[in-house]
Amino acid sequence: MTGDGFAASQTAAAAGEHGLSRSPQTRRPLVAQAPSASARPTKAARRVRLEGLDAYYGDNHALRGLDLEFEPNKVTAIIGPSGCGKSTMIRCINRMHEEIPGARAEGKVCLDQVDVYDPSVNVVAVRRAIGMVFQKPNPFPTMSIFDNVASGIRLSGASRADLRDRVERALRGAGLWDEVKDRLAEPGIGLSGGQQQRLCIARTMAVDPEVLLMDEPCSALDPIATLKVEELLADLKQRVTVVLVTHNMQQAARVADSTAFLLDGELVEVGATDEMFTQPKDSRTEDYVTGKFG
Amino acid sequence: MEAHVATPGGAPSIFEGAPGARAADRVFRSVLTALALGILALIVFFFVFLVVKANPALSRFGIFGFTFNNDWDVSRSTYGAWPLLVGTLITSGIALIIGVPVAIATALYINELCPRRLRGPLTVLVELLAAVPSVVYGLWGFLVLVPKLKGAQQSLADTFGFLPFVGGHVAGPSYFIAGLILAIMILPIVSAISREVMSTVPADHKEAALALGATRWEMIRTAVLPYSRSGVVGGAMLGLGRAIGETIAVTLVVGNAPQIGKSLFDQGYTLAAVIVNEFGEAATDRLHTGALIAAGLVLFVLTLLVNAAARALVSRAERRQRATGGAVPAGAAAAARVGA
Ligand SMILES: Nc1ncnc2c1ncn2[C@@H]1O[C@H](COP(=O)(O)OP(=O)(O)OP(=O)(O)O)[C@@H](O)[C@H]1O
Ligand SMILES: [Mg+2]
Repeated sequence: MTGDGFAASQTAAAAGEHGLSRSPQTRRPLVAQAPSASARPTKAARRVRLEGLDAYYGDNHALRGLDLEFEPNKVTAIIGPSGCGKSTMIRCINRMHEEIPGARAEGKVCLDQVDVYDPSVNVVAVRRAIGMVFQKPNPFPTMSIFDNVASGIRLSGASRADLRDRVERALRGAGLWDEVKDRLAEPGIGLSGGQQQRLCIARTMAVDPEVLLMDEPCSALDPIATLKVEELLADLKQRVTVVLVTHNMQQAARVADSTAFLLDGELVEVGATDEMFTQPKDSRTEDYVTGKFG
Repeated sequence: MEAHVATPGGAPSIFEGAPGARAADRVFRSVLTALALGILALIVFFFVFLVVKANPALSRFGIFGFTFNNDWDVSRSTYGAWPLLVGTLITSGIALIIGVPVAIATALYINELCPRRLRGPLTVLVELLAAVPSVVYGLWGFLVLVPKLKGAQQSLADTFGFLPFVGGHVAGPSYFIAGLILAIMILPIVSAISREVMSTVPADHKEAALALGATRWEMIRTAVLPYSRSGVVGGAMLGLGRAIGETIAVTLVVGNAPQIGKSLFDQGYTLAAVIVNEFGEAATDRLHTGALIAAGLVLFVLTLLVNAAARALVSRAERRQRATGGAVPAGAAAAARVGA
């Protein structure tokens, strides 16, 4: 997994540790750090910190100076009315925002010490360290269940020897193994919507990310499938930092340790979930969580 | 059809249309049916005509003998189309090998890599290649490529002479030059279809790959190419159909020697080229005319086979995709239709 490396020049030590760098020199410590593939250490979840994050679509100023922190091994829910910039914010974290023509971001997104927007940082490595699950399940339509999960591992150029094990582990981690173990060669799009979404979670988790971004992962699912994904979150947060965008207030209340409320591209309030829902400090938060608008 | 829905009280049912509208509908349908039948009749007539005219040659040499006999000699009135058939296959094969990768690369560049502003102009530019008349390509090949590439061909032949069908003397006009010209000629259609198919790849899949940490090329390999493969194959087959039938440009650069060349850089002949070259002199000779028309028949059948293969490939891919509940890539379906 040496390809994961991405290092920031200004914090060489931290960079070496993360291995986010492009340059082979700073990557080298990582090689030493990664022992045999079979005994790969589980990576630690990272703290994510947004500092003065601004995002634009052309002239549209979609995020305005966001400061926000996501604790490692916690689920943080992002709530807010439609169009307030939740998806934009989450896509800024793994630098998917810049894939949209005309879109750009300013400010810092720090993964522990490393700013992922630092020029020395390799965007591919950022996305390997920060996994993302989309609103609509999007398994690769031409690939089997197995290949879908393996696709990310293959991209990272990891050794193929333990591919089967890693795929199995990822599918178990997504609570899907028992349902698909006899049909791994069948196409991924032959699964139900909820299974597809868990397949996508498995695909994302298979590359051992440190942070998991989920943009309304349950909005296309029925209540039972939703419940399964929510149960999964409790497991997943043992391994990663979870950022969960949701429109569903009950969902936020059920699964999130803390909750942030966005409005018009600005952070209104962030705090422990139960406080946000019972005694919010800001009246706008109260209006939103009690359903007065949004 | 004629059932009327009665409404209580005898009021006219909403299901009853104006009778005039129905009559117009019937007329419309019969006109279209007649047109469709007319086209079918035309094809049948065309085929029968070809067979009748080709009969002198076919009955003399037999269908099999005519197609696979390696001897085409007008002075001895011996007509075996094998050297021509082989020439057609070699030149269009070269065209595919050179043209398709370039076409796919062009399509990928225009769709995925080039700056947005350049997309339109580049597309037009590639499609302009299709607007150049084929005789102009032929002239250009004869006047420019043949002399200019003689040295290059010779050095290729010398360097890779250890491969079968490569080494030896370079003639100037050759299978290779003809294939090269054909490659340029099929480029626009193959690249246009590939581009269209690739543009139907859902953004979802591309983002999925990118978010997994794919580089641009890896994204293309995991998300774009597999999704558009069937359509691209259909486009390539369409290009092949064009290359097989291309006449004038090939005639000008292939050398027109009715023997199977010893190497890729040797002169040869193709089915289409022989027809256009020898038709004038054959006017008074029924056997020769018959042989040329029989060559046309072989060409016709070959094109049909290629098109059928293209359709089969595309529809098999579609069926697989449908069986698994996925959406059929629109471009693939379009390619199948165009290819028909
Ligand atoms: N691709 C885009 N191009 C231009 N503007 C965009 C694009 N995507 C989003 N925007 C704009 O950015 C702002 C924030 O959008 P965003 O998608 O982040 O909202 P959201 O909170 O995720 O909404 P929802 O809950 O509906 O998903 C909106 O004003 C929207 O119009
Ligand atoms: Mg959104």
